Amino acid sequence: MHGIAFDVAHLLAGCLVLVSFLMLYQDRLYSLLNTYALHAMVLFLSVAWQAYIQNAPHLYVTAGIALLFKAIIIPVALHRMIVKLGIHREIETVVGTGPTMLAGMGLVGLSLVVMLHAAAGADLMAREDLAFALSVILLGLLIMVTRRNAVSQVVGFMSLENGLILAAAGAKGMPLVVEMSVAFSILIAFIVIGIFLFRIRERFDTVDVQALDRFRGERQ
Amino acid sequence: MNWLFSHNVALVLAIPVVTAFVLTLLPGYRLSAKLNVAGSLLTFLSALSLFVGHPPTNPYVLVDDLNIVFIVLNTFVGFTTSLFSMSYISHELETGRLTPSYLRFYHAMYQVMMFGMNLALLVNNIGLMWAAIELATLATVLMVGIYRTHEALEAAWKYFILASVGIAFALFGTILVYMAALPVVGEGLRAMTWTVLLSKAGVFEPSLLSLAFIFLLLGYGTKAGLVPVHAWLPDAHAEGPTPISAVLSGLLLNVALYAILRFKMLMALNHAAIAPGPLMIAIGLMSLIFAAFMLYRRRDIKRLFAYSSIEHMGIIVFAFGIGGPLANFAGLLQMTMHSLTKSAIFFVVGHVAQAKGTQKIADIQGLTQSHPLLGWSLVLGVLAIAGMPPLGIFMSEFLLVSTTFARAPLLAVLLVAGLAVAFGALLLRLQSLAFGAPQGKCAPVRVSILPIFAHLALVAIAGIYLSPVLVHWFQHVANMLG
Repeated sequence: MHGIAFDVAHLLAGCLVLVSFLMLYQDRLYSLLNTYALHAMVLFLSVAWQAYIQNAPHLYVTAGIALLFKAIIIPVALHRMIVKLGIHREIETVVGTGPTMLAGMGLVGLSLVVMLHAAAGADLMAREDLAFALSVILLGLLIMVTRRNAVSQVVGFMSLENGLILAAAGAKGMPLVVEMSVAFSILIAFIVIGIFLFRIRERFDTVDVQALDRFRGERQ
Repeated sequence: MNWLFSHNVALVLAIPVVTAFVLTLLPGYRLSAKLNVAGSLLTFLSALSLFVGHPPTNPYVLVDDLNIVFIVLNTFVGFTTSLFSMSYISHELETGRLTPSYLRFYHAMYQVMMFGMNLALLVNNIGLMWAAIELATLATVLMVGIYRTHEALEAAWKYFILASVGIAFALFGTILVYMAALPVVGEGLRAMTWTVLLSKAGVFEPSLLSLAFIFLLLGYGTKAGLVPVHAWLPDAHAEGPTPISAVLSGLLLNVALYAILRFKMLMALNHAAIAPGPLMIAIGLMSLIFAAFMLYRRRDIKRLFAYSSIEHMGIIVFAFGIGGPLANFAGLLQMTMHSLTKSAIFFVVGHVAQAKGTQKIADIQGLTQSHPLLGWSLVLGVLAIAGMPPLGIFMSEFLLVSTTFARAPLLAVLLVAGLAVAFGALLLRLQSLAFGAPQGKCAPVRVSILPIFAHLALVAIAGIYLSPVLVHWFQHVANMLG
């Protein structure tokens, strides 16, 4: 049991990191959203597998939410919003693809080194899982800092949340937090979609965060 | 009476929830402002009763001497701010910056935020504490953006993004603590309960715990406004409604600090893990010195005091990083005094901005002549926050500097340099704000003097005479913190 259970969990978590890399260089909003849906799908598989091998039925709920909300509802909603806002053109990235990918590799290397060292005493599965989760979190951060567009920053943040859920699902028997983090990620997505984008659009006729910088209180 | 002592914790949590619920249903803003005050007062009174007696610690709620200090301070400033908010918002309605429907939302959110903070302080579970801080954060994000101006939206967006990243790091740290506790405590809720964690922290996996603390310090440090993850703080303070600036500086920063302190206690019990002290000293000094220099270049009055909050959070974190009974005592005192003084300053600044119709420092002059009451309150408040004797903050800073000189003279030099730079900046600004010939618009404004007076009086009294009961209490807490 241990061999195959471990291998599949490892494979799925590794796939999540890979999809994070795919998200890094998507320079169109649509393809970014599609890649995010794939990201959520891999998360669903990963959490469902954890539920199966840990014999923890409540994790199936988390997996279901990942599939339903993160892989379907939110990408579809964002798609429609992008069409409505008329911003389905290219998104510029602050740093070019090459340096971004290199930075991503550096971050993954860093998180592997740190986690494998720090969690040397923990059991094998948890250790590898945490290392991958930290990679996904850091890559999500990288997506957020290399984008200027408000929509893609939110997508970056949601991929970061996926990393957190991967970590929480891998921690054996972790109470509360899985459900909580899912509820909060939905809440955050709602706040962002419902209020911020709506208001930003209303006020600026753009969702380019760079446009917001001009209104800095202290620039005279 | 006995009923009160066995239910006061539940009351501190339930009153804000019930009030928030009622406030969402009430249409009239006058009534809801009063209800907001009444709810906050009741919460404060139930929090006060915690001093006398409280239910024993159970798996869900933890009440000890440390968090009683935080919770009483929290509910007190929450109450006075609701008083200030009553007069502040009626002016905002008259000038048309807010509409009644927004106010309904504002009042309900105020109570939701109070609930989130009280829950974070009282709960006996690291996961729930994280969720409660997130709830309070989201409520404040919505309130910062309530004016819907360009600046307010940008500030709310920046706050939201940075706070989310911080909160994500904090959750990862929480998961790591659970992983470290797992082999010792076993699966399930027990491995996330403070009391259980504290009793067994000595045998946790040290390397996991060390990594967890770094994430927690960075995560909750974002919420506490520590450099280099402070960027949201000045914007959120400057662009939101002033009552929210007061609550952010006076309360939310403290709640994040409380989380860091609890985890520091956990770390201190595990001798093989990294020492949290040096990390906190470094990040605290960095915040202090950075913010002290930034104070010179501020043109916006609310931003000025926002940077001063970063500076003070730096001092407080530095004090707890130095550790030991004396420095911890100084840190606790500094935290209490900073909360009281800074929220009083924001009350004054809110009224000043309304009277002058601007937040630009260059356009505000001669306040002691045009608005004597506000002007002199501002003078007193700024002198207090800059650390002038004999006011409360001087006491705590003096204690901190002397104990640091005894234990790490080099660090003390840096500390004193930072304090002196900030002192100079604040007095320089105060000079132009309070004195000279009045300039520009001078509309009369209804000042709610009670909260300002209450806070400044407490700060002035604490500088001269600290009641032995309070001293004893703080000493005990300082020993607890190690």
